[in-house]
Amino acid sequence: MAFFTDSTILLADKLLEVLYIVMGLIVMYTGVKNLTDQTNQKRIGTAVFWIILGVILAFGRWIPAQVNGLLVLLMTIPAIAKRVGKGESRLPSKEYMQNMSEKLGLKVFIPAFAIGIFAIVFALFTNLGALVGVGMGVLVAIISLMVLSSDNKPVTFLNDAADMLGTVGPLSMLPMLLASLGAVFTSAGVGEVISSGVKQVIPEGNVVLGIIVYAIGMVLFTMIMGNAFAAITVMTVGIGGPFVLAYGANPALVGMLALTCGYCGTLLTPMAANFNIVPVAMLEMKNKYGVIKNQVFIALFMLVFQIVYMILFR
Amino acid sequence: MNDLLTLLGVVIVIVGFALKLDAILIITISLIVTALVGGLGIDGMLEVLGTSFVNNRGMTIFILIMLATGTLERNGLKESAATFIQRFKNVSASVIVAIYGVFRMIMAAFNVSFGGVAGFVRPIIYPMTLGTLESKGLEPTPEYEEELKGMSSAMENICWFFGQVLFIGGPGGLLVQSTLKGLGYDVSLATLAMYEIPVAITALIVACVYFFWKDKQLMKKIYGNTKKEAK
Repeated sequence: MAFFTDSTILLADKLLEVLYIVMGLIVMYTGVKNLTDQTNQKRIGTAVFWIILGVILAFGRWIPAQVNGLLVLLMTIPAIAKRVGKGESRLPSKEYMQNMSEKLGLKVFIPAFAIGIFAIVFALFTNLGALVGVGMGVLVAIISLMVLSSDNKPVTFLNDAADMLGTVGPLSMLPMLLASLGAVFTSAGVGEVISSGVKQVIPEGNVVLGIIVYAIGMVLFTMIMGNAFAAITVMTVGIGGPFVLAYGANPALVGMLALTCGYCGTLLTPMAANFNIVPVAMLEMKNKYGVIKNQVFIALFMLVFQIVYMILFR
Repeated sequence: MNDLLTLLGVVIVIVGFALKLDAILIITISLIVTALVGGLGIDGMLEVLGTSFVNNRGMTIFILIMLATGTLERNGLKESAATFIQRFKNVSASVIVAIYGVFRMIMAAFNVSFGGVAGFVRPIIYPMTLGTLESKGLEPTPEYEEELKGMSSAMENICWFFGQVLFIGGPGGLLVQSTLKGLGYDVSLATLAMYEIPVAITALIVACVYFFWKDKQLMKKIYGNTKKEAK
């Protein structure tokens, strides 16, 4: 409680902490709901995963760092053992959704846009930050959905969120785990080792060459791994930081565009099966690479465009 | 030699993802191995992991967003989007793909998804592109069908990737922000999204122009003569 009454702590931080507690409670609710869900074959593992995650989210600030670290490792066990699943979905029938669509029409886009708009407004015009804006937008979206239809009760939102969370599953934690991996890489000195190697190739202080290697490296790494999120952690610690940002390039521009350079790699690789191979099967296409083939020109064009953009505005 | 051992974790990540092993397993092993060979020890590893995970709780903002998106679907979001796109008739197939691209990118920037290829392209966009042929009295050939499927899926991917980075508070921006923070650079989510605006617009324009051009070539090649008769 001392945290919330402390006047030296910014309002933005307090509000953010409230959001984390709300998110933690949603996640814990998902865990408890799954524990009692007879249609879920993996009740125990599912509950363990979501409840631990919920505890870290809601109370992580007040738990010692090492205990948090241990909790994270514990949380990954049921995920790795494939003991996290979901029960039967309780999505409404197609007819219900069709009826709602006819009733609400384009008005349903009002709550859909609310979240993004509030995020922009809060990020640009307040000191509260984008995430508090997202939280406010979600609140507005919920209220407007309740106004639009009396079927939308508070518990509807909670159950739909738990259902969605179950569908996405433990993989939703990938960005957070990758960020933590990046932190471990940095502390263990992985960046220095890579940079002492790359120094043989890139002359010190040649930022243009650094940007090109960083961008193309992102594409190649992403093509091999099929995942730009995993590539950005390794490449930024190893190449982006020491060879581009250390010489005064704009970190926001170069760092962010490196990720979308990685996306050019995602467009080119069968390793990104969800985007490039699964659709081939779903659309019953004859050529296994029929989707990638249509993306090659655009991906290469965007890579060159982004490299030039980074070099010109670094 | 000791230095090179530090890279073992990087090798595990590359090989692991390339072999399509479980992503959480790869990351966990790489994390433990790197911490141990890098001299952090178990205590140090737990400390870094715990601190970083708690500092990065912002990345789970999608959980809060789900509080609204799940119920949005229940209220016919996808059906309304389909009704909106179906207003565009009597155009060529590539124009349908382009209209979908514009719509898709705007929605992605607001973090609204319609379920990708399975949820939207297959049931709505692809049949619409076929419909444009029929309305001109043309028979779709297998070759043209294949290209339409490829173009619609590609448009979906391109707009989702480059559009989603415009959403302030999206996972890409949050990961970049936290990676940069680890290296000592503090950047705001709004700035990150702002720099992507020219990239997203360029991607959209290039994709639209390219598919428009491609469709024109295909039309000429496959329907060269019949097209005039049909008109």
